[in-house]
Amino acid sequence: MASSIQATDLDIYYGSFLAVHDVTMTIKPQTVTALIGPSGCGKSTFLRAMNRMHEVIPGARVEGKLELDGTDLYGPGIDPVTVRRQIGMVFQRPNPFPTMSIYENVAAGLRLNSTRIAKGDMDVLVERSLRAANLWEEVKDRLGKPGAGMSGGQQQRLCIARAIAVRPDVLLMDEPCSALDPISTLAIEDLINELKNEYTIVIVTHNMQQAARVSDVTGFFNIEGTGKPGKLVEMDETKRMFSQPREKATEDYVSGRFG
Amino acid sequence: MTTTAPRSAERAVDTPLTTVPRVGGVLPRWGTWAVLAAAAALVGGLLALVGFSISLFILATALLFGVAVYLWSRVIEGRRRAKDRLVTITVTGAFLLALAPLVSVVVTVLLKGLERFDPMFFTYSMSGILGPGGGAYHAIMGTLIITGLAAVMSIPIGLLAAIYLVEYGRGRLARAITFFVDVMTGIPSIVAGLFAVALFALFVGPGARLGIMGAIALSVLMVPVVVRATEEMLKIVPNELREASYALGVSKWRTIVKVVLPTAVAGIAAGITLAIARVIGETAPLLITVGLTTAVNLNPFAGRMATLPVFSYYSYASPGIPREAFVDRAWTAALVLIIIVLGLNLIARLIARVFAPKTR
Ligand SMILES: Nc1ncnc2c1ncn2[C@@H]1O[C@H](COP(=O)(O)OP(=O)(O)OP(=O)(O)O)[C@@H](O)[C@H]1O
Ligand SMILES: [Mg+2]
Repeated sequence: MASSIQATDLDIYYGSFLAVHDVTMTIKPQTVTALIGPSGCGKSTFLRAMNRMHEVIPGARVEGKLELDGTDLYGPGIDPVTVRRQIGMVFQRPNPFPTMSIYENVAAGLRLNSTRIAKGDMDVLVERSLRAANLWEEVKDRLGKPGAGMSGGQQQRLCIARAIAVRPDVLLMDEPCSALDPISTLAIEDLINELKNEYTIVIVTHNMQQAARVSDVTGFFNIEGTGKPGKLVEMDETKRMFSQPREKATEDYVSGRFG
Repeated sequence: MTTTAPRSAERAVDTPLTTVPRVGGVLPRWGTWAVLAAAAALVGGLLALVGFSISLFILATALLFGVAVYLWSRVIEGRRRAKDRLVTITVTGAFLLALAPLVSVVVTVLLKGLERFDPMFFTYSMSGILGPGGGAYHAIMGTLIITGLAAVMSIPIGLLAAIYLVEYGRGRLARAITFFVDVMTGIPSIVAGLFAVALFALFVGPGARLGIMGAIALSVLMVPVVVRATEEMLKIVPNELREASYALGVSKWRTIVKVVLPTAVAGIAAGITLAIARVIGETAPLLITVGLTTAVNLNPFAGRMATLPVFSYYSYASPGIPREAFVDRAWTAALVLIIIVLGLNLIARLIARVFAPKTR
């Protein structure tokens, strides 16, 4: 299931604006990789480039190489739609489909693609995904109710269930807890710890403790000034990044002496 | 009444913020109504002396009422509250003023239209009728058929154009379409009629009168309205939903059909219904493209048809004898039109309620 990602000399543009410059990074399977860095340094941009969501924005493009288990994701003949099926994404703000019930939200990945699947199999899949997202017990009696009627934390876990229901190889999360209270945050962090057995996870976070708690590897992005591109400064095992980073900038940032 | 309390509005400024400013006096709840009654009585009494006039009565009462409430409130409640009351009165007054013509129209059409609002009106045509009696069955069917045809042609075109503009359109072509849609929204309806006449003069020869010509003229008027309404609705669908769908590996087209459109369908349906309501009462284009008959013709591809607006127009403009019979039918046709538009609005609301995203 879980796959590795290799970025080589990746440049990411919005039109003529170079947002992220020259990122080379290896993401190992079945690990949690945290991306940290100041606002505007291109963490989200990099994350979205990994499942080709970046190009949805008009004028946005990518140069360099990005490989999923050795396959060039930006190679000719690669359909971005299939890339996104293998690399799922959870967004900063929970965004369940407002017209769909909880059940339909989880089933959306398959239903929207008109994948033929027996009702019984779908029930099993929905239950398994909701269990994996630690949401099953809370919603099993109201699967037919709208997903928009839940609390923010539940909605975010619903979005995670929706993302893993299509059985991706990699799960990208862009500040998945920034809109949540500490208890929901903890629930999601526990969830990430469990999911790591099956998926490769990349998470963007502004919360140093969170990065320290959930990730195995941490990458620090930085930006020299406004208008300059963001760069990957340093990437290492999380323990090391927080105790004895090689770069001064990293040390300043993780210890809160930034800016 | 607690007139002993300090006047809070002025006082609040220089009292320290640590103490909550005390509320000043308040007009009694019946206060404004009492002032209104007093103003009406006073103005009525004065006018009775010089000769009564309803418009003058309303105007003078409103003015006196506003001034009196303001002054009273000013003395007891302070400046801020007094202003608030004055604005409330002004806004309410403006609302009532705007409502007046609407109510007047509905009441007039109801009173005059009910005269012939009978089963015969809905079951008989005018074929062979020279005086009283007869009905507008042919015109009602004509209006439904022609408007229906116009809707069938305009809705897919308008929907797809709006989807193109919001989801795909970039650059020159999109801007050009937006521009032409804007221009077409303001096109006078007679121009649409003339366009249909000119178009059919090419194919069928001059002087043709067909239901389909009217439908085409109406859809020229309808398409831009549908495009505009749909465009607005698609634009307010949050981008996050599209991205959520893309991130599940759903293609763009499926995302539009299965996520964007269902999310916006309530508003789109309402917009389409209003677009239909907008064209169903058009007279001028139908006058020159469809004409009028006295007999039932349900085939929009052969010969003239009757429609409610044109029926109403001719009944009123060139009545026969006795005149009342024709004028009554004109009003009833107008009433039926209003009822149809009302029904369309109710349907739009129903659709909006059924499809609206639910939270519980
Ligand atoms: N849609 C866009 N069009 C043009 N420029 C963009 C767009 N989105 C982001 N940018 C620019 O790209 C740079 C990186 O933005 P990005 O959103 O990736 O930052 P980030 O690290 O995720 O910040 P934050 O921590 O605040 O989320 C910024 O300079 C930003 O202004
Ligand atoms: Mg971001």
